Amino acid sequence: MSQSSEQKFSVVIKKDCPTCEMIEPVLTELLAHYPGNVSVYVQDDPSFPKSVENKIDDTSLEFSYKNNIEIVPTLICSTQSKETDRTFGWDKAEWQKLTKLSSLGKALDDFKPGCGSKTQEPGMEEQLAARFDKELLLSRNIQLADLEDEIESCYERGWSDGLPVVPPTTVRVIRMLRGTNRSPSEIIGNIPPDNVPCSIEKVAINAVLAGCKPDYFPVVLASVEAALKDRFCMHGLLCTTYFSGPVMIVNGPVIQQIGLNNGINALGQGTRANATIGRALQLLIRNVGGGKPGGIDRAVMGNPGKYTFCFAEDESDEDWSTLAQDQGFDRKDSVISLFAGEGLQPIVDQKSREPNSLVRSMAASLKSVVNTKLYGGADAILVVCPEHRRVFRNAGWKKEDLRIALYDNLMASGSDIIVGAKGIAEGMPKKFENKIINKFRDDGLHITSTGSKAGMFSAIISGWVASGEKGSQLVSQRI
Amino acid sequence: MSNTIMLDPTAELAPAERQTLPRLDTLKDATIGLLDISKPRGKEFLDEIEKHLLALGAKVKRYRKPTFARVAPKELNQQISVECDAVIEGLAD
Repeated sequence: MSQSSEQKFSVVIKKDCPTCEMIEPVLTELLAHYPGNVSVYVQDDPSFPKSVENKIDDTSLEFSYKNNIEIVPTLICSTQSKETDRTFGWDKAEWQKLTKLSSLGKALDDFKPGCGSKTQEPGMEEQLAARFDKELLLSRNIQLADLEDEIESCYERGWSDGLPVVPPTTVRVIRMLRGTNRSPSEIIGNIPPDNVPCSIEKVAINAVLAGCKPDYFPVVLASVEAALKDRFCMHGLLCTTYFSGPVMIVNGPVIQQIGLNNGINALGQGTRANATIGRALQLLIRNVGGGKPGGIDRAVMGNPGKYTFCFAEDESDEDWSTLAQDQGFDRKDSVISLFAGEGLQPIVDQKSREPNSLVRSMAASLKSVVNTKLYGGADAILVVCPEHRRVFRNAGWKKEDLRIALYDNLMASGSDIIVGAKGIAEGMPKKFENKIINKFRDDGLHITSTGSKAGMFSAIISGWVASGEKGSQLVSQRI
Repeated sequence: MSNTIMLDPTAELAPAERQTLPRLDTLKDATIGLLDISKPRGKEFLDEIEKHLLALGAKVKRYRKPTFARVAPKELNQQISVECDAVIEGLAD
């Protein structure tokens, strides 16, 4: 008797479960045998079951959540407040063994499976975590006044880039964090310009603001890690008077997994993943890093891509290397690349049907990046549309052939581009007068491919004038 | 109060107002650092500033960042803070 008096039982049930209804006589039997040592928690209707007295109302689901109830009924045995055993559903032999009552539920079938606990309903887990897991998130809680509009209050607090943001409620942030296995408290790095240590939780809050789905969160995290690489020079990019901001290009299986657009209007509006992933990094730099336009962001004009600029590569041609492959990754890797750029400058060529004509056409357009007389400063990305890619592929060209041909066609005589030449004061220093110069520094021209299958329109994403080791270089990060 | 609770997306560390350091009462005998951030014609601009400072009785020390696009190296920041009473960052273009 002394041993059994130490043994406590908790049973979690809900009315909306035929198995729970069936075991009502089992509960009364159990209560009669162990008076004072059986607690019955009811998830939905505290008046159920009628024959059981002193039921405990668990409609808040606090007990169920804290005890990880997945199925009802669940029987938990404990000694001195420590769980020793549990069973779920109705398994007569198991219930009899755990309760040491060999005739418990004798009249019932041997086995009847239970139902899902209310804690398992879609979206419920995050609600419960927000309510009962107070140590999960560390950010300051901001409680709104009764009449305060959620979206307007985000504006008033200065969290927006000008467009409405999604209010970062605790539940939404917890959902976002379900997109990664990383701990909310892990520090991902210091965010410029204030160089503030930033937790995964803060990234999640800003991803919520941006409108991301939890599925996108690993891509957002990779974009932050890429932006924090020294080679990318995020601090300088933010402060510059120039137009540029981070441009993101995604490669690999993640494109399909989260529905990034690499087809019609790939660089335009209309796709949630493209729109929100690019925005999340910008909001993080604004809110955590403290980088705001007119503050440390001194851009003369900026560019619309500073709201968001993220797209995926069209990888449908197996023999055309992707941007990620050019950076040393495998085709099977999911990778995000960041480029300090702005744009877009179109290259219209609807007549070239053989590669030499098309490459000359593209090179001539590329020479106008930044200024037709400035060479070796800004990098660029050439975005080849599928129809132009077909022109190269039909002639047996691979990307490397295009790269070499572009290089050859991007040379200029110094005398044509030095200061004062052609009646234009701007230009390269006079010392280049008798030299042949390439438009781009080594490793300064990247090639990617995206867009719809129809239309001979490629494009140039022009880069920041501070390129290379003195400024920013393209960076890639595995997702 | 409403039931809506939002989580703060900011660093939570930024002070509402940042206190400026005490200003110099006089430039006489003060050491003023001139930091050239490596923009074109920054040297000419700072040469002019230096002339004015010397005329006001200040001592001048010159420094240079390797590139305008990147933040100054920590060593340079520390060197300036140890050697100077105040610093002027020289921009030009």
